[in-house]
Amino acid sequence: MHMPLEDTLGLNLLAANQHQAEHNREHFDAWRLLCLNVMSSPGAGKTSLLERSLAALAGAYAMAVLEGDMTTQLDAERLEAVGVPVVPITTGRSCHLDAAMVSGGLKLLRQRLDPAELDLLWVENVGNLVCPAEFEVGEHRKVALLSVTEGDDKPLKYPVMFREAHCVLITKIDLLPYLPVQLERIEAHIRQVNPHCAVIPVSATSGEGFAAWHQWLAAQLAAIAPAAPTALIPPRHPARLPARRPLPC
Amino acid sequence: MHEVDMTRCLLLSMNAWKQQHEPRIPRVSRVHLQVGSFTCVEPDQLVFTWRVAVQNTWLDGAELVIEPVPLVGRCVRCNATYSPDPEQAYRSPCCQHPMEEIVSGRELRIRSVDYAFSDHPADALPAATPA
Repeated sequence: MHMPLEDTLGLNLLAANQHQAEHNREHFDAWRLLCLNVMSSPGAGKTSLLERSLAALAGAYAMAVLEGDMTTQLDAERLEAVGVPVVPITTGRSCHLDAAMVSGGLKLLRQRLDPAELDLLWVENVGNLVCPAEFEVGEHRKVALLSVTEGDDKPLKYPVMFREAHCVLITKIDLLPYLPVQLERIEAHIRQVNPHCAVIPVSATSGEGFAAWHQWLAAQLAAIAPAAPTALIPPRHPARLPARRPLPC
Repeated sequence: MHEVDMTRCLLLSMNAWKQQHEPRIPRVSRVHLQVGSFTCVEPDQLVFTWRVAVQNTWLDGAELVIEPVPLVGRCVRCNATYSPDPEQAYRSPCCQHPMEEIVSGRELRIRSVDYAFSDHPADALPAATPA
């Protein structure tokens, strides 16, 4: 007899990606590193930010980069010049990284080094303000970049990205004197959709704002230490915690 | 076109669900999704990619039914719920407060599956009655 049936699933549409993301995060936690997912539109300055931050922090932290954005070999060389391994992730034609791609990148990374020796893993996502916001890769923190040249309306036009971010960096602020945009207005629009995230204006050209940005990073690293566990990140086992070195700035 | 990747995720979940019924193969007529308006999903594109993706699979012919879920915020100052409007920068009309608490609109959920079994004679559809 034909019986129409209905199963209630109540499952996240992206459950398959979510499972892989959680698996990645378990690895990150076992390796006791902080993973950042860096996202923005193309050209907002992710690579320039990384270049400056890696150079400034290389003496303080052991770091690696999973590079999902389509960059030239020159970009990778620039980043590797400060002694930070860069692993490209093959995204095909995808407009975002997903957890499985990052898992593939981790396999390549492990051929080069032991991730347990890292403090910080940067994931540079594909330049896109829409898709990456919905696909977790296992990161502990999402960092979104918005350059002043993109205009102050972007947080309202692409609200999900800015809502999801733990930290929004307003980049290229050295160009502000030449643009009809106001920093306060950009920040206010970010706050409209995400009142409590960190908002830090920076310039990778002048270095302005990088002290505050690196302080934010240090706070996130400290937050994953058992001395100051947060609700956002599961506490770690004290026995395996590596000593944190002080930041240079 | 991240809807393609979302459809891929959905198919993986559906395949896992099918395995729960092995060796029987459920014949799915409808898959019900809840999609919030404060997500990066375009429902029409999701339906389109679904139709293409399920062709010649065990889900061939299954319809994807999307229930839109509106964005509803709660003003943390006065506790009133409201419909955040991008034109008003998502602020609450009551207290002009930023969009702090989201009550609904972030849903991306596979709610339910309508199906029947037709692989077993006992489960087969009754033959069409001759006119």
